[in-house]
Amino acid sequence: MDFDFDVIQRSLPYLWKGFQYTVQLTGIAALGGMVFGTFLALARLSSIKPLYLTAAGYVNMMRSIPLVLVLFWFFFLVPLILQAITGADRPPQVGAERTAIITFILFEAAYFAEIVRAGIQSISKGQVGAAYALGLTYGQAMRMVILPQAFRNMLPVLLTQTIILFQDTSLVYVISATDFLGAAAKIGQRDGRLVEMYTFVAVAYFVISFTLSYFVKQLQRKVAVIR
Amino acid sequence: MDNPMIDIRNVSKWYGSFQVLKNCSTQIRKGEVVVVCGPSGSGKSTLIKTVNALEPFQEGEIVVNGIPVHDPKTDLPKLRAKVGMVFQHFELFPHMSIIQNLALAQTKVLGRKQQEAEERGHKLLKRVGLTEHSHKFPGQLSGGQQQRVAIARALAMDPICMLFDEPTSALDPEMINEVLDVMVELAHEGMTMMVVTHEMGFARKVAHRVIFMDEGAIVEDATKEDFFGTPRSDRAQLFLSKILSH
Amino acid sequence: MNYNWNWGVFFEELPGGEATYWEILLEGVGWTLAVSALAWIIALVLGSVIGTIRTTQSRPLVALGNAWVEFFRNIPLLVQIFLWYFVVPEVSAPLKAWVVQAEPSHVQFLMAVIGLGLFTSARVAEQVRAGIQSLPRGQRAAGMAVGLTTTQTYRFVLLPMAFRIIIPPLTSETMNLIKNSSVALTIGLAELTFRAREMGEYTFNFFEAFSAATLIYIAIAMTANRVMAHVERRVAVPGYIAGGAK
Repeated sequence: MDFDFDVIQRSLPYLWKGFQYTVQLTGIAALGGMVFGTFLALARLSSIKPLYLTAAGYVNMMRSIPLVLVLFWFFFLVPLILQAITGADRPPQVGAERTAIITFILFEAAYFAEIVRAGIQSISKGQVGAAYALGLTYGQAMRMVILPQAFRNMLPVLLTQTIILFQDTSLVYVISATDFLGAAAKIGQRDGRLVEMYTFVAVAYFVISFTLSYFVKQLQRKVAVIR
Repeated sequence: MDNPMIDIRNVSKWYGSFQVLKNCSTQIRKGEVVVVCGPSGSGKSTLIKTVNALEPFQEGEIVVNGIPVHDPKTDLPKLRAKVGMVFQHFELFPHMSIIQNLALAQTKVLGRKQQEAEERGHKLLKRVGLTEHSHKFPGQLSGGQQQRVAIARALAMDPICMLFDEPTSALDPEMINEVLDVMVELAHEGMTMMVVTHEMGFARKVAHRVIFMDEGAIVEDATKEDFFGTPRSDRAQLFLSKILSH
Repeated sequence: MNYNWNWGVFFEELPGGEATYWEILLEGVGWTLAVSALAWIIALVLGSVIGTIRTTQSRPLVALGNAWVEFFRNIPLLVQIFLWYFVVPEVSAPLKAWVVQAEPSHVQFLMAVIGLGLFTSARVAEQVRAGIQSLPRGQRAAGMAVGLTTTQTYRFVLLPMAFRIIIPPLTSETMNLIKNSSVALTIGLAELTFRAREMGEYTFNFFEAFSAATLIYIAIAMTANRVMAHVERRVAVPGYIAGGAK
């Protein structure tokens, strides 16, 4: 079997574009997911019944069904919802790449919500008591006392979840968005060089993920020492 | 002495660059009860664990009943089957009932039949006063009861000697005596025992010799009378004064 | 919004007239469960072995275990499945020979099972390793002190408790595995999500189709949860807090 290294070389520009999309998607979904996830976590921990039921329902739903199905759902729903909102007579063309961004933010939020919730619950109740005793409101206590500590504790787990997200983005393949894997697939199919392309993608993902987790482990070690 | 049961010769051990045992030597005769005491960090637990090779050591030799522990060719499981050990935290196997705890090593290591193993188990339970608990699980017993079962588990293997690593240190005060009583009886029956403990009352009652360790070295190795009468080293005196004042 | 609701679509027949949509979805469920079950067996067996060897004292075994976990953990599942389906047959002539003449669904099924099984085995290995390492260190010592060999200690003392401890995280892994089976649709396996999308494409009743798939996945997840909770109760150790609390 002849392994054609040349095709990899030639495709680098196109692969790079796909990779840029992957990184973009990961970054936006991680940030958006963390923000939305934090609100979900707070909602789940609140004492207002409709609030925590809705949040719990959302998180459980997202975590019970496959990401592939969620991608299909949003690919189908987003244009319809936009049509309903804007009142257009035909569903707008959203495009797979943009649908994926919305989907991943909303999907990952459910996973980040659980991490943040655990993080908040790991902060001793005494901290909350002290904050209130000083006269801080709920919002101030959360923003200035609880969340900063929770995030510092949960940082390694949040980063690990981001690495998982980075790998999950490859699933945009199912809605034909062109990420790193999608780009490789397109070239591979066009040139009949699937072996080279997929091997390259596997190696690239491995090197990047392995390196990132190594840094997270180092970070964990540092954080443990400080505490 | 010739043919000691346990012969520890110039044993030294390092954890990385930290020396935890410094040139320790002592012999324990058959039927002797030797108590090892000392402040925490003195290496006494480590020393007792080298006797049945649970802890490796870099220098020196240990011979148990003629079998060289340090020799890489020695069949360690076979050796350990003959040396009974009781741990500070009892270490019963939580997923097995009491009688199963007693039978496991008998069947798997000594090859006894299950029925015979259980019969011996029941006899030992009677000896330590716990017959009614044979079908319970460790989590359902108190600390003192668990430790007595642990002693029975070690005895079930018909050991030639018994090692005790701080057997009562993890017990609530009111349960210490029920365990010490079993150990005293064992001593009176002539079992060779090496006991790491702070319980000086026990030492005074049944020990033949007392070893005092400090910072990895054996500082005193004297008969009971000599040790409690006039210990030669300041450190031992200091230690005794702290222990005996309550 | 001009969407034609038609909840009766499930009883309509496919364009070719072979079956109704709900029958096709059911077929999809069958493939989902089949892939999941077989992949799970592979993951459990391999993962247990790999997780266990990572807790031994043998450097080469630990390195092997670590390499396994790192390899299958750092490559996305989809890419791994593509490797099995597109790349591996190219490097193995006998495999390629079989693939070329075999029934496509068989090839898809095999590659999906292998890909998903190995991917999940790395995660199971992590859980098993964590479970064993969370046991008190004295348990291993107690097993060896009573004369059990290393293998016997793992088999009778460490693994029984470790597996009980990790039932909750293993339950999550089971759910993940079932969800991940949907990734196999990319190599053409006609599992549930594949059939749901197909139904949507034929009828344009995407909402009905995806709702059915969603409900089915939730039902499967809840069932898996119940089964594992039942298993956890059945094997709980009396008196042991982590294993028996419910």
